[in-house]
Amino acid sequence: MSASGQDWPLWEVFIRSRQGLDHKHVGSLHAADAAQAIALARDVYTRRQEGVSIWVVPSAAITASDPGQKAENFDPMASKIYRHPTFYDIPDEIGHM
Amino acid sequence: MYTQAMDLDRSATPADATFTSEEQAFNARIARDEKIEPNDWMPESYRSTLIRQISQHAHSEVVGMLPEGGWITRAPSLKRKEILLAKVQDEGGHGLYLYAAAETLGVCRAELIDALHSGRAKYSSIFNYPTLTWADIGMIGWLVDGAAIMNQVPLCRCSYGPYARAMIRICKEESFHQRQGFDIVHTLVRGTPEQRRMAQESLERWWWPTLMMFGPHDKDSTHTAQATAWGIKRITNDDLRQKFVDVTVPQAEYLGLEIPDPELRWNPERGHYDFGPIPWDEFWRVVKGDGPCNKERMAARIQAFEEGRWVREAAAAHAAKARARAAAASVASEEAAA
Repeated sequence: MSASGQDWPLWEVFIRSRQGLDHKHVGSLHAADAAQAIALARDVYTRRQEGVSIWVVPSAAITASDPGQKAENFDPMASKIYRHPTFYDIPDEIGHM
Repeated sequence: MYTQAMDLDRSATPADATFTSEEQAFNARIARDEKIEPNDWMPESYRSTLIRQISQHAHSEVVGMLPEGGWITRAPSLKRKEILLAKVQDEGGHGLYLYAAAETLGVCRAELIDALHSGRAKYSSIFNYPTLTWADIGMIGWLVDGAAIMNQVPLCRCSYGPYARAMIRICKEESFHQRQGFDIVHTLVRGTPEQRRMAQESLERWWWPTLMMFGPHDKDSTHTAQATAWGIKRITNDDLRQKFVDVTVPQAEYLGLEIPDPELRWNPERGHYDFGPIPWDEFWRVVKGDGPCNKERMAARIQAFEEGRWVREAAAAHAAKARARAAAASVASEEAAA
């Protein structure tokens, strides 16, 4: 926070828990700049070897979908079960496919 | 608990019987055990209740560093010093997770800190007691963190997503806190007669304040019904307190320590331990600011905040200067290219 009582900018923190896995959102924190955000994220979110890599992104840079449009956005997929392999019956004789 | 002052709030408005369609949809989501997320519609009273509860919880974590912090330099061995340092660092982290969760509700950190420092916001009464001996550090871990876990595990299922997720992370770390505390007490009771006496005296100091952490009796708690309806509170104060007593009494027996309550005995009909009356006068005194360490704790918080001010300002100034330099450099390179 600066003298005027304003908070440092907010950053979203993403951690890669192990090599080969995706970075995953773990939380957020305030920091003056990107380098400090990385340093603080290390102290706050990896005290028990939770990660091997950190990303920080200014929270203001994230655009989110509208929760009010959840049904329009995502419900149509509920009826498209043919997009899943389990929709198709494969004869036992074929074995693993 | 860490948010026990929530139960003392008389201004809580009762739920309105006539719901708007938005409120009806919200209540239906709560009933389906869905998580509410920051950008979802929520009643203003749900939002303000959560801001107060989560920030009280955050303040408790941060003020909770103070009773233990003083023992870091006096820990009896390097091992204990490292463990205590890690625990106190965890508490700071817990405060941060919780402040961040509160901020998703549209309040800024500076406002929350200001509410604490000006005395408008509460924190748990337990941190207004002094840590007189090393045994108190063990007792805080075993009893205070043990009581906190009782309260916090149900909060992992709280209806507000960011709070629930913060609590999951906190509970994982809190288990280390309780075990290291038990380990300190266990070591003391196997030590010299003086060390055993130190542990016993410490238990006598901390037992009743720990039971007070769960807040007033259910019949005196103004907040429980609405908080339960909203899925913020899952188990009542008295039920949690009973659960804590039932779990802790056999642990004290194992340690050979005597709980300072002549009325404490197993009740086979209830299937629970009965225990004596809680000294509520003391509770109210401490909550209202007249505990042994209230003034000292707030003075230490404010001092740390003020003495850190120049660091925060320097970091912000450095970031601003770096941004300005980067902007000037990019203008210069564009001009050079043109």
